[in-house]
Amino acid sequence: MSHLAAAAEQGFLSPTGVEIAFLLVGIATLGAAVVTVTTKQLVHAALWLVVALGGLAVEYLLLTAEFIAWVQVLIYVGSVVVLLLFGLMLTKAPIGRSPDADSGNRWAALTVAVAAAAALVWVVVDAFRTQWIDLDGPAQGSTRVTGEFLFQHWVLPFEALSVLLLAALVGAIVLSRKSDNDKEQR
Amino acid sequence: MNDVLDVALRLVVVFAVFMVLPLVVGQTEHKVMAHMQGRLGPMYAGGFHGWAQLVADGVKFAQKEDIVPADADRRIFQLAPAVALLPYLLVLVAIPIGPSESAVGQVIDAGIFFVLAVMGVGVLGSLMAGWASANKFSLLGGLRTAAQLLAYELPMLLTAASVAMAAGTVSLPGILNAFEWWWLPWQIVGAIVFFVAGLAELQRPPFDMPVADSEIIFGAYTEYTGLRFALFLLAEYAGIVVLCGLTTVLFLGGWHGPWGADGLGWVWTLLKTAILAFGVIWLRVTYPRLREDQLQKLAWTVLIPLALAQIALTGIVKVAIQ
Repeated sequence: MSHLAAAAEQGFLSPTGVEIAFLLVGIATLGAAVVTVTTKQLVHAALWLVVALGGLAVEYLLLTAEFIAWVQVLIYVGSVVVLLLFGLMLTKAPIGRSPDADSGNRWAALTVAVAAAAALVWVVVDAFRTQWIDLDGPAQGSTRVTGEFLFQHWVLPFEALSVLLLAALVGAIVLSRKSDNDKEQR
Repeated sequence: MNDVLDVALRLVVVFAVFMVLPLVVGQTEHKVMAHMQGRLGPMYAGGFHGWAQLVADGVKFAQKEDIVPADADRRIFQLAPAVALLPYLLVLVAIPIGPSESAVGQVIDAGIFFVLAVMGVGVLGSLMAGWASANKFSLLGGLRTAAQLLAYELPMLLTAASVAMAAGTVSLPGILNAFEWWWLPWQIVGAIVFFVAGLAELQRPPFDMPVADSEIIFGAYTEYTGLRFALFLLAEYAGIVVLCGLTTVLFLGGWHGPWGADGLGWVWTLLKTAILAFGVIWLRVTYPRLREDQLQKLAWTVLIPLALAQIALTGIVKVAIQ
């Protein structure tokens, strides 16, 4: 009930500085994401992905989730994009446009993307419609709070995820090992 | 108004440190390398022992023509030096040099993560430069940079996590507040792994395979001239300052010292950082370059197991003393 009262005070999208910044960064992030999937220059797509992921980190910061924001930069910008660029450089990274960087499945992809976005937006809006972050109080997304939530309420998903990652790691090792048959054939 | 002034003043100080300390390290490198190799090094610029050599170098770089190769991807090529340099400026903001609130640019709650995340972004500059130059040596350099980063990021993170476990916090001033002298032997393996992995991330000798000048000219920076090339060099020296400062803060107790911790804490921080920076230079003169396969082998079969062992040790001791 207190949330509702707070919402009534705040109004929908009351133009405080933080909210305007949040919207602007959101628009920039969305733009970068769209360019990522539409550009015909492969490496540019990876670099626009950096902008999109960085924008997302800024959004986390504006929501006071500092820890999540830095982990986002560390994992996605620092590692995943570096891995992407590494793969691109190893295989095919021409400067300029790649005429074959196009897919006949674009309409199917667009449908899936719009459906996924609609579902996510609907769920998030429905879940958090009336909740406001108190920016003046103690940070609600600090490392301590995040850690307590993660290891008190979400331990089981956390452990399940780590088992999944371990399985993926073992699978990668199995796939990348040459079997004895390959050696004999050489 | 006072807050604005305070923030502005802090940023100005951090920026001044960012401009001065890398140059000091660079000049020290000139002189230390020279004396270790039985020569004098720069002696003329500025008069006294060539102290102004790097200033003269800067003027030289600024006068050179800024060339972008015809086939290069212009915008990415021009953007790369900024991407390589700016993260180190951001990292300096978070490193505390003294015990008081005023001795750090900005207290960041998740300081370790901020620092490591932003340092990881800097490597994107080398990758962008390597790809956008339209030069096969540059591309090889970029590839080696990426392979090196992927291998050495993990041990660095693991050892930083070990310190965070020991201190029970991920904030850099918080870690220093929790520091005790016996952490030094406790975390020494982690310290060595962190420092070595950091050297590899900066591509300093003996981990300078990505810029190996006898094989691939100057790696990702081959096509750069003038100020943009100078910015890459500055990024390397700023990286040395940041790495040594971080190692000091995380593992060597920062402003803690045998005496004088009250007013002179910042002297201890700077002293430890300077000694580490000297070590970085010493390593460059002493060790030959590691081959690519040796680099990968060192990371995956030595540093990562050591880092994991350090985490296990930290956990055991932490539980035992509670």
